[in-house]
Amino acid sequence: MPHRFPLPARLARALAASAALTGLLATAACGARAGEETVAAESCLDTSGDTVKVGALNSLSGTMAISETTVRDAIRLAVDELNAAGGVQGKQIEIVAEDGASEPTVFAEKAEKLIREDCVAAVFGGWTSASRKAMLPVFEDNDSLLYYPVQYEGLEASENIFYTGATTNQQIIPALDYLAETGAESLYLVGSDYVFPRTANAIINAYAEAHGIEVLGEDYVTLGSTEFSTIVNQVKSAGADAVFNTLNGDSNVAFFREYANVGLTAADMPVMSVSIAEEEVGGIGVENIEGQLAAWNYYQTLDSPANSAFVEAFKAAYGADRVTSDPMEAAYTSVHLWAATVEKAGSFAVADVQAAADGVSFDGPEGTVVIDGDNHHVTKTARIGEISADGLLYTVWESPAPIEPDPFLEGYDWAADLSVTE
Amino acid sequence: MDLLVGQLFTGLSTGSILLLAALGLSLTFGQMGVVNMAHGEFIMAGCYTAYVVQQVVGDAGASLLIALPAGFLVGGAMGLVLEALLIRRLYHRPLDTLLVTFGVGLILQQAARDVFGAPAVNVSVPEALRGGVDLLGVTVPRTRLFIMALAVLSVAAVALVLRFTPAGRRIRAVVGNRDLAETAGISSRAVDAGTFFIGSGLAGVAGVALTLIGSTSPTTGQSYLVDAFLVVVAGGLGRIKGAVVAAVALGALQAVFETYSTASLAKVGVFVVIVVFLQLRPQGLFTLRTRSLA
Repeated sequence: MPHRFPLPARLARALAASAALTGLLATAACGARAGEETVAAESCLDTSGDTVKVGALNSLSGTMAISETTVRDAIRLAVDELNAAGGVQGKQIEIVAEDGASEPTVFAEKAEKLIREDCVAAVFGGWTSASRKAMLPVFEDNDSLLYYPVQYEGLEASENIFYTGATTNQQIIPALDYLAETGAESLYLVGSDYVFPRTANAIINAYAEAHGIEVLGEDYVTLGSTEFSTIVNQVKSAGADAVFNTLNGDSNVAFFREYANVGLTAADMPVMSVSIAEEEVGGIGVENIEGQLAAWNYYQTLDSPANSAFVEAFKAAYGADRVTSDPMEAAYTSVHLWAATVEKAGSFAVADVQAAADGVSFDGPEGTVVIDGDNHHVTKTARIGEISADGLLYTVWESPAPIEPDPFLEGYDWAADLSVTE
Repeated sequence: MDLLVGQLFTGLSTGSILLLAALGLSLTFGQMGVVNMAHGEFIMAGCYTAYVVQQVVGDAGASLLIALPAGFLVGGAMGLVLEALLIRRLYHRPLDTLLVTFGVGLILQQAARDVFGAPAVNVSVPEALRGGVDLLGVTVPRTRLFIMALAVLSVAAVALVLRFTPAGRRIRAVVGNRDLAETAGISSRAVDAGTFFIGSGLAGVAGVALTLIGSTSPTTGQSYLVDAFLVVVAGGLGRIKGAVVAAVALGALQAVFETYSTASLAKVGVFVVIVVFLQLRPQGLFTLRTRSLA
């Protein structure tokens, strides 16, 4: 971990102690596994043939399948493109596909299988932070590579993971900047009750305090909850200038329907969402969400040759009625970034790819992204989109230049105390 | 104070949703003792019935009216098949039933995913049910008023069927004492199938109604399953009356807790209350006096 977040000394000691205890317990619990680990670092990757394998690990069943199947499609498209263009280092790329089944433990298990039995050069996938956290030790212990394509709560950096989705300073902070710029002086926070919304809201609270924005309420529902009458009535009576929404999954449908039903509109109280992309709008019903805002780095409607080519190729491969979204684009880009890094390194070996990663760029659908070799994140342009009647999102604001990734928010004075949320 | 009164009304509407989801279960679990973990998937089947009907009919209002009975038939038919193929063979083996129906639920979820795709689909709300009505300082969406009315109607219909029809009398007889009912010439097999049909059909109706407020996705049913079991257990097995009181009480409790904390904490609060309540009164709010002790 190249970056260390400044922690108060006492907390650091407590963390160190608990980490030591956890380590002790883990060693005690799986002594047999620990014994194998000495040989595990030796990769069984074989690059002597005409093909090289990579892993695609996404949930095709369970509650996250709704989102992750689309990411799988994007990964496949990128690999097909690489192969059609002659492969990577002259070798055809073969996907070994696994189903993470929406269970973090399954993700860890399948990651281990992909690395040890299939001997893949890299793995693309994961969506929830829980799945990433579960896979992280597997990739670190086996010294292998994971490309993770989804925006997340930051405060993480691993030598063995490349984060191609936005970290908080490329999504949440620009969204707050936008709301502040457009005159919002008070916010109401609504989120699902797990690590991402809790961390995001801690950041939002710190930002609000530093910028004189009042947070009128903060509410959490259990994942998948569809009961929003109380919350929406409270939001309405609080009368905030805007709502910041970190709900995930099906809850968004119930929330926006209730929101529209009590007479709240985007005009009098806009909702800024960070988990609603093109795929989700259809399920919510565009009539319930038209005019509301979202914060991402990519929209299907971006006007660039690279994006037109991507959207066209995607529709040609999977059907004209399909849409492309930010995580899909980040997954597609991650495959190309990996290929570009391998070409630069002249090798598939993990150590060579890590060494060559800094500064590798790809002209993707969202624009040019560049890998930061220090924290393994990528530069991204922040974009605020408005949901329109056709179900697509259109950019209403974008950062003047791609934003450097800052997963530990070290460049923001007001964020100095945020580590406690981890 | 105004807010509290308003919240109680919100509780009533939350309670009616719980009740609608739990009513079918109070028949299959409460009356027959079958732990049907696939009940949520029958609700989900109702949701997709509403979606399919809307795709065919087009007009949201008309399609809702058609979808309600259609959802009952779809849910009921699925229940009949499940009962005939699996559950009938597993009576008196509650743990096996639990596992088998859980598996069936997973299969149905994946089937929905394969047929309709993984992303949620949108069922449009009829124009007449959009917007809300101001009552005691809170805005109650029309969709919730509709669900309240539907819950009242469904309960009334079930109560009337159980009380006044020959079929209902047979169901009550089998629940009261299976052996004695059989001795009196009642085919408990046919009664079981009938009860399961009605219970599963009600899940389908609930599914159609719930498309008005929630999402329609393969995992929709799961979010209602635990709450439905809570209502039936807290209300007392075998009593529709218990389910009604428990649903409204739980809804009100949730709404009041939520006013003073966050929604997810309120849920914890409700669970704590239920655990304490069941410690004091393990049989639930109302009990069925019966001479057949299983």
